Amino acid sequence: MKSKITKNNLITYGIVIAFYIIVEILMLTGVLSSHMKGLLVPMSYYAIIAVALNLCVGILGELSIGHCGFMCIGAFTSAFFSRTTENSIPTVPRFIMAFIIGIAFAALFGFLIGIPVLRLKGDYLAIVTLAFGEIIKNVINSFYIGIDGNGLHFSMKDSMSLGMEADGDLIVNGAMGITGTPHNANFTIGIVVLLISLFVVQNLVNSRDGRAIMAIRDNYIAAEATGINITAYKMMAFTISAAIAGAAGVLFSHNITTLTASSQYFGYNASIMILVYVVLGGIGNIRGSVIAACVLYLLPELLRGLNTYRMLIYSIVLIVMMIVNWSPKVIEWRKRTFGRFNLKRAKEVA
Amino acid sequence: MSFLTYLINGLSLGSIYAIIALGYTMVYGIAKMLNFAHGDFIMVGCYIIFSVSAALSGNSVVGIIVAIILCTVLGVTTEFVAYRPLRGATSPLAVLITAIGVSYLLENIALLIYGADIKSFTSVVTWEGVSFAGGELKIQGVTIITILVSVVILIALQLFINKTKQGQAMLAASEDKGAAALMGINVNRTIALTFAIGSALAAVAGALLCSAYPSLSPYTGAMPGIKAFVAAVLGGIGSIPGAMIGGLVLGIVEILSKTYISSQLSDAIVFGILVVVLLVKPTGILGKQIQEKV
Amino acid sequence: MKKFNKVFSAVLASAMAASLLAGCGGAAAGGSNTFKIGAIGPLTGAAAAYGNAVVNGAQIAVDEINEAGGINGVQIEYKSEDDELNAEKSVNAYNSLKDWGMQILVGSTTSACSIAVSENTKNDNMFQLTPSGSAEECVKYDNVFRVCFSDPNQGIASAQYISDHNLATKVGIIYDNSDVYSSGIYQKFVEEAAGKNFEIVSAEAYTQDNNTDFSVQLQKAKDAGADLVFLPIYYSDAALILTQANTMGYAPTFFGVDGMDGILTVENFDSSLAEGVMLLTPFAADATDDLTVNFVKKYNEKYGETPNQFAADAYDAVYIIKAAIEKSGVTPDKTTEEICEALKGAMTQIEATGLTSQKMTWDASGEPNKEPKAVVIKNGAYVSAE
Repeated sequence: MKSKITKNNLITYGIVIAFYIIVEILMLTGVLSSHMKGLLVPMSYYAIIAVALNLCVGILGELSIGHCGFMCIGAFTSAFFSRTTENSIPTVPRFIMAFIIGIAFAALFGFLIGIPVLRLKGDYLAIVTLAFGEIIKNVINSFYIGIDGNGLHFSMKDSMSLGMEADGDLIVNGAMGITGTPHNANFTIGIVVLLISLFVVQNLVNSRDGRAIMAIRDNYIAAEATGINITAYKMMAFTISAAIAGAAGVLFSHNITTLTASSQYFGYNASIMILVYVVLGGIGNIRGSVIAACVLYLLPELLRGLNTYRMLIYSIVLIVMMIVNWSPKVIEWRKRTFGRFNLKRAKEVA
Repeated sequence: MSFLTYLINGLSLGSIYAIIALGYTMVYGIAKMLNFAHGDFIMVGCYIIFSVSAALSGNSVVGIIVAIILCTVLGVTTEFVAYRPLRGATSPLAVLITAIGVSYLLENIALLIYGADIKSFTSVVTWEGVSFAGGELKIQGVTIITILVSVVILIALQLFINKTKQGQAMLAASEDKGAAALMGINVNRTIALTFAIGSALAAVAGALLCSAYPSLSPYTGAMPGIKAFVAAVLGGIGSIPGAMIGGLVLGIVEILSKTYISSQLSDAIVFGILVVVLLVKPTGILGKQIQEKV
Repeated sequence: MKKFNKVFSAVLASAMAASLLAGCGGAAAGGSNTFKIGAIGPLTGAAAAYGNAVVNGAQIAVDEINEAGGINGVQIEYKSEDDELNAEKSVNAYNSLKDWGMQILVGSTTSACSIAVSENTKNDNMFQLTPSGSAEECVKYDNVFRVCFSDPNQGIASAQYISDHNLATKVGIIYDNSDVYSSGIYQKFVEEAAGKNFEIVSAEAYTQDNNTDFSVQLQKAKDAGADLVFLPIYYSDAALILTQANTMGYAPTFFGVDGMDGILTVENFDSSLAEGVMLLTPFAADATDDLTVNFVKKYNEKYGETPNQFAADAYDAVYIIKAAIEKSGVTPDKTTEEICEALKGAMTQIEATGLTSQKMTWDASGEPNKEPKAVVIKNGAYVSAE
């Protein structure tokens, strides 16, 4: 049993590493187009946040549709740090510190938001995560922070009320966000962070704590009756999930050098896109999330040739994939048609 | 006096949220699914009224009737094609994601047909409204009509659910689908009927939304849809009077927070109120407290 | 089930691999016998109106130039990509155009996207001319130039115009707090307004998530006694503001900037509501000069819409590139870097005439020198406000 889990985990790492090696070889031989090269870092951070959300939705069993809010916090805090210390700290330690800061803040907010959110259940919980995601975005959009000789200035009204000296540097400028974040993220770092996230989540799932979390998901009353501290475990999973989302945010802000807290990156629609990755990859299936994130992120990009029809086709593909993958009738039909495969699988499970 | 003006604006916005929220809450109550495409049904309704009115040189009554019929057909078709196959799926998230797919689909179809540029919508309400206190306080016709329509819909829905056989069937199906089926209720047909009513309400909401805020684009329905969803949850999702109260509260809070606190942060405040209400009453204002059995 | 997913993902993965291979070989630059110009803008999503205008406006210029025999006898190849108003997707679009062999970029349409793309054009040393990226940072690199006015420029010009012409004593502002363009102009306007002969009595924000109801912002301006309301926003929201102001019986002077252009072409919009609206814009679709008349006619024939300022900026951008190429004498067989270096030099020497100005010149900073024109809407048409 134990070795099977280890094997399963190793397969996941293996897929990621194999993908990395293949891509690196393609890059070295110059076969990879610039379009594809540009997609690699986004693919890695969407895979990371999909893993984070799967921890929340699949393992913890609580639907969150505001996870991009945590990504937003990770992105802004780390970009703020990198932007202010760009000239004073060398790149490598600075980027590592940016990661620590982004993750720490995302985790902190995950913890704080988790306190009220996890008291709720089901769809009510989902809508409150959506609400927090929107609140984070809306509040960050009103932040104005600048630095000058006199230190830090902060306002929530507009940049004029900061009262900065002429030599001041306006770092966070409301809707204009943070521009000029150093471009530090690359594919290797993305893969390393993805592997670390996978390591954290897979080890959590297979640990005593992870089993407690899944017991709460499956039947919280029974779990409570066996002496599991429900609140503590829920908070733990939610906070870790937020922290990993924060790591994705750090990669995001150091890949796109202009960071704005707008809906297309951090709104509920973006959070739902991540949820789509998780559901299509298989709820609770960590490896599936990584693959689905990569495939679904690539799909609209590969459809670029279709111009205005591409989002239309993407939406149809989405609906069809959902029905094919989840409809009880289709599953039954598939069982009848591909019965052989399933028989084999049944044996494997046994 | 200006406080009253703000309050009335809030009521107007709130009653539009309320009508949209009624559609959300009905579908949720019976089908137990969040129909994320509901906001886009509103947009479809608006475009139909826009096109029909243009074709008939401004006859909006025919436009509204056509929109109600077509939206009903659209709702029932969507339910049959996209949602029904996923009933009984192992995860309730499956149908949620499909609804999002439908939402993208409708938006992109509208984008292809009508283009991305906004269209100005001619109000279906031609009445100017009334003025009090020598013109100091003016209530627009569309505001009055919106509030009236939402009250009429609320009463009609309550009567329908409590007094008719189909309504009772809906109630039964929302309580327990299996048991309802055993009692001889055609659950599939009941759910289809719910979608029909919800989509017809979306068309009405669309007509009023675009009359009060006359700008129409493929994304018109998205944000009001989400806000109405928040309103439905605030009032207790599944509860019809709850949707009404949630909508009105949300509209008034939105306008008053914009007025007296901050126009930048009004969204944060609105969502903040939702969080606070749900912490005090975890199933919304009028939501039923569900006792879970071991 | 699981098996099926595996098969399914294997199929998708191989499709991915195939597409990776399909994309190969595209990165080679140079050696082309046509000029390859690419354009980027939001073609889907909430800002699609602007992106489509840019892409279509550039298309018309390209068609005209090719019909007339090309640039120095060389034809232009043109391709556009969608960025969904998303900086990340904008970079993807840029990379995809690069694979196609793009040598010169007209884009991105919006500021944040344009800034993100400029990081990449800087690294590749590709010439970038943004038609409508108006934020200050858009042209911070020496390979990026723009056609439109910068945000600060517009904010300052608006404040000066209002003050110079004694248009108002009390000014209200409604701006989009979630938009780079709008808050950029707003900030400069307020800074410039200090010490002018008018007073800002209300400044109310809204966001793109909250742009249906403007009753509060208008009521506050009204209560504060504003006799002029400054709207540094796009026409789509402005149309709604004008309608709502009308229904509540509030009729100040409305003053807009170039984003306001297009308001008269909103389908079914009651243009009497825009009567008396003043705006600083470089382009007016009903101007009677031959260039504008010709452009508007062609655009209307081809796309069934009246072009707005975005389309005009993009149209000019293509002709500016043509002028710069002709000036420098660069040929398409050169590498992207060589073309960029040649055009950078030529940009500061050319003097372009276009839809958006009779005379435009550039300095090395990338900012255009052109005069904003103030127009006022009278009888449903723009007339010069002078």
